Amino acid sequence: MTQQGVRWTADQVLALAPDAASRKAGSKLGAAGPWSEAGSSDEGTVWGLCKGSGSKPYQTVIDLADASGPAYKCSCPSRKFPCKHALGLLLLWAGGDGAVPDGQAPDWAEQWLAGRRQRAQEKRAAGPAGSSAAAADPEAARRRAERRALRVTAGATELEQRLADLLRGGLAGAEQAGYGLWEETAARMVDAQAPGLAARVRELGAIPASGPGWPVRLLEECALVHLLDQGWLGRERLPDELAETVRSRIGLPSSADGPPLRDRWLVLAQYDTADVKLTTRRIWLHGADSGRTALLLSYGAAGRAPELSLPVGLALDAEVAAYGGARQVRAVLGDQFAPPAPTTVRPPGVTTAEAAARYGEALRHDPWLDSVPVTLDRVVPVPDGDGWQLADADADSALPLAAAARSRPGLWRLVALSGGAPVTVFGECGHRGFTPLTAWAEGTGEAVRLW
Amino acid sequence: MTSPSLPVDSLPMDSPAPDPWEELVTAALLGTDRRTPPGCPPGQEAPVALLDRAAVETVRRRAGLRPARAAERPRPAPEDPRPALPPAAARRLALLLADRPGAGGGRRGSTPDLMELLPQWLAAANERGFTPPAQALPALLDAARGRTDLRPAALTFAGPRAVWLARLNPDWRFALRTAPGGGTALPSLEDPQQVEQLWQEGLFAERVALLAAIRAREPSAARELLTTTWATERAEDRLMFLDSLRTGLGPQDEPFLEQALGDRSRNVRSTAAELLSALPGSALAARMAVRAGACVAVDHTGDAPTLTVEAPHECDAAMERDGVVAKAPAGRGERSWWFGQLVEAAPLGTWAGRLGGRTPEEIVALPVADDWQGELHAAWCRAAVRQRDATWARALLGSPAAPEAGGPGAVSLAERAKLLATLDVDERSEWVAGFIATHGLSEAFQLLGVCAVPWRGPLGRAVVDALNIARDAGSYPWSFSGVMGLAERCLDPSEAARLDGLLAIPDEPEDASPGATGYWAESFQRLVTTLRLRATMIAELDGREPPQG
Repeated sequence: MTQQGVRWTADQVLALAPDAASRKAGSKLGAAGPWSEAGSSDEGTVWGLCKGSGSKPYQTVIDLADASGPAYKCSCPSRKFPCKHALGLLLLWAGGDGAVPDGQAPDWAEQWLAGRRQRAQEKRAAGPAGSSAAAADPEAARRRAERRALRVTAGATELEQRLADLLRGGLAGAEQAGYGLWEETAARMVDAQAPGLAARVRELGAIPASGPGWPVRLLEECALVHLLDQGWLGRERLPDELAETVRSRIGLPSSADGPPLRDRWLVLAQYDTADVKLTTRRIWLHGADSGRTALLLSYGAAGRAPELSLPVGLALDAEVAAYGGARQVRAVLGDQFAPPAPTTVRPPGVTTAEAAARYGEALRHDPWLDSVPVTLDRVVPVPDGDGWQLADADADSALPLAAAARSRPGLWRLVALSGGAPVTVFGECGHRGFTPLTAWAEGTGEAVRLW
Repeated sequence: MTSPSLPVDSLPMDSPAPDPWEELVTAALLGTDRRTPPGCPPGQEAPVALLDRAAVETVRRRAGLRPARAAERPRPAPEDPRPALPPAAARRLALLLADRPGAGGGRRGSTPDLMELLPQWLAAANERGFTPPAQALPALLDAARGRTDLRPAALTFAGPRAVWLARLNPDWRFALRTAPGGGTALPSLEDPQQVEQLWQEGLFAERVALLAAIRAREPSAARELLTTTWATERAEDRLMFLDSLRTGLGPQDEPFLEQALGDRSRNVRSTAAELLSALPGSALAARMAVRAGACVAVDHTGDAPTLTVEAPHECDAAMERDGVVAKAPAGRGERSWWFGQLVEAAPLGTWAGRLGGRTPEEIVALPVADDWQGELHAAWCRAAVRQRDATWARALLGSPAAPEAGGPGAVSLAERAKLLATLDVDERSEWVAGFIATHGLSEAFQLLGVCAVPWRGPLGRAVVDALNIARDAGSYPWSFSGVMGLAERCLDPSEAARLDGLLAIPDEPEDASPGATGYWAESFQRLVTTLRLRATMIAELDGREPPQG
C-alpha cells in the first residue's frame, strides 16, 4: 500500500474535532500557508511547524498508529484536544497535494514519538503484572462486592416502593409532580451505588414533558425499571447470561474479559451524545472477517471531547475484546497493528423485515435494549407525512425513521445520496424507529456520515 | 396477537375494542386506587401486578414490531450526466462548505476566509462542468439559502438532483424559483402546447421562469406570449413580466412598450418608459431628446463657449405619459427634478448635433452656467449607464489621474463605478489602476468591485504597491480591510510570488502606530496564503498537481 493510499479524507479528519469551533479553526489551517517543515512517515506519523501569532512557530505531531486511536502533541497553549493545529495539519496531509511530503521526522517530533512508544511498551509489559496485583486479595474484593450488592438491593427495594406508590396514585399525578421527585429518587439510587437505575429514573422524569403519548412511554419505562428491579432481586434464579445482563444494566462494573479478537475492523459510525455532565461517544465497528459487530464507548467530561476517535469508513487492523454479558456488543479496543486505512469492505445488509426481527430476537437476551445495530441493504428514503421511512427497494415494507433522526442534517445527506435510488444504510433499529448513522451509495462510493 | 407497526407511540389510544395494553395504560393513568386493571387483584398488590403485566406487554409489543407498509416513493432524481469532481476537489468543497459564518468568528489572523472563496470555486467548477458529490448538496443548498448572491452559481453546480431535493424540503424552495432556466420544472420550450398550458395555468413563479427562459432564447416569442394575456394580468404581475423584457431588449419591443405607456398602473408606465428610453431609436427617446435639447444650449456671448440650462417650467400630461415623475422628492426643486429625468432619458447620441457637433469629451469639458453642472453631469452619467454608452462613460469618467477624480467631484464614486461597468474589462481595470496609482486605496473599494476577476496585471500591481505604501505610512491594516479582502479574492494567484518580500516584519518606523507592522505582516501572510489556496483549488479542479511555491 502506498503512503498516498492511507491518507484520510477531510471528513474523517474533521470528525476528530472536539466541537464546531475547532472544526472551523482547523479547516482554516488546512492550507499550506502557515505550515513549514511539514512531513509524514509510513508509520502513520505526521508533523509540521505552524506559524501562529507569536514569534516561535508551534510544533505539532500526530501519531495515527497508536493502539488507542490517534495521539496528538502540540506546543500551543490550547486545551482543546485535538487542537486546531493538529486538525489543520491532518487536513493538509489529507489534501495530499504535496504540502506534507514523506520524510524523516525531525528530532523534536522523534523524541515525543520515541517516548510514547517506550511508555506503551512498558505499559504492555506491566499489564499482566498489574492485574495480578489487583487480584491479590480476592477475599477483600468479595467483601466489597457483597457490601455493594446489599446497597443495591436496598435501593431496588426502595425504588419498587416508589413505583408502587406512583401507580397507586396514577401517572396523571406525575405530570404535576414534575422533575424534582425523580431527581431526588435518582440521587437515592446513586447513593445505593446503582448508576444504571439512577440514569433510568432520571429519564422517567423527562417523559411527562415529552409530548403527546407520554403516558404510554412512562408506563413502558416504569415497567422496565420494575423488571430490572425484579431481575436484580431475583438474580439467583436467572440463567447466568441474563443475570450478567441485569448486573450490567444496574451499573455494576464489568470488564472486557472476552478473548481479544483480531480482525480488520471497519469503523461504521461514530457519534456523540451529551448531557450536562458527560459526553458519550459511541463507535460502531464491523469485523470484516469475523462478521462481528462491536461497540466502543468513550466518555468526556462536560465540554471536552472523548479521547477515542476513529475515522468512519476506514478499517483498522486491531484487536477488540468484548465485555461479559448476554450477547454483549460492547467492547474495548486493544492493540492496533497498523494505521487506519481505506477499505472497500461494506457490512452485509438485511431487509427491513429482518432488521425488525433482529431487534425482537435481541430482546430475548436483553429486554431493556432500545435498539440493535443493523445494516439495511437496498433501501430508499421515502417521505411519509411528517416523517420519513426507509423502504425496501424490492418489497412493500418500510421502517420509519426515529423522530430524533428527522430533524438532523444527516437525514438530508441520506436523501441526497439516494436521490430516490437504493442505498445501504447502517444504523440503530429499535422501538423508536430506525436511526441512520452511515450510508453508502450503490457502486463504490465512500461511506457518508449521517450523524 | 397484533403486530403493531413502528413506532409504538403513534398507536391510536381509542381503538374500538380495547386491548389489554390500553386497559393497563388507562389504569396506570388513573391509579390503581381508582381503577383495578382487569385480571389484577385489588388492594396493596394491585400496582405491582399492574407493573408485572405492563413489563410483559412492553417487551411483547417491542418484540412484535414489524415493518410498516412503504409510503409512496418519490420519483428518482434525474440523471446528471456531468463527470464527478476529482477527489481532491471534492474534499476542498467539503472544507469550503464546513466554514460557515457564525461558527467561531473573531479575528481572522493570518488564515484564509474560506467561505469567501466559495463563489470562485463554484464558478471554476461550473466552467469545467463537474457534478458535486450527492452528499454535499444539502450543505450547498444551505449555503445558497443564506447568500442570495451565491444562488445562481450554486444551483448551476448543484444540478438537477438539487432541484429534486428542494421539492422535498421547504427550506430550499428558493431553488425551485431560482434554478437556472427554472430547473426541470419547465416544459420543453419546443412544445408550444406545454408552454401555453404552463403560461395559462402555472404559478406566478413558474410563469416568470418560463417567460425568462423563452426571452433568453427567442425574445420576440416571449413578448408575443406575454401579449396574449397582458390585458388580464394583475398590475404587480404586469410589472414583473415587463421587467423580464430587459433581457434581449430591442427595437421590435417598441410597439408593445409604447402601448404599455398607457397602462393603468403608474409603476408599469414608468418601467415601460425606462425600457423605451434605453432604445435610442424609439419614438419616446426622440420625444425626450426634443424636450431635453430644448433645455440645454451653448452660449457664445462670453469669453469661452458655456452651456446654459433652462429647466422645464411644467410637467405636462405628455411628459408624464412618457414616464416623467411629476412630483419631486422632498428637498428637491421641481424644475431640476424634471430636467434630470429628461436628460437621463434622452439618447446621448443626439447631443452632438444639438451642441455644435462637439464630441462627448468636448461637451463634458464645457463649463456650465449657474451651478447646473452637477445636475447635468449626473443625468448624463445615468443616461450613459442606462444606454450602456462607453464613449460617453469614458468622457464622464475623465482621466483617472486627474486631481478632482479623487475628490468629491461632480461624479460620485458610486456613479463612477456604474460608468466603469459599461467599459470593457481591460479598459476598466486600467482606469482603476491609474486611479489607485494617483489616489491610493482609501476611495478605491467601490471601483475595484466592478473590475473583472482575477485582476489584470497592471491593476494587481497597482493594488499591491498601494498596500505597500499604506503599510509604510504606518497606519493599521484594518483601515484597508475591505480592499485586503477583495485582493485576497481577486488578485491573480500568480502574484503570490511577488508578495513574498512583504511577509517579513520590518523594523517599526518611529511614527508608526504601535504593533502595526506585525498586523501588516499577518495581513500579507493571509493574502499570500489565500492566493496559494486559490491556485491549489484550481489545480485540484483540473486534476493537476498544485503549483509549488
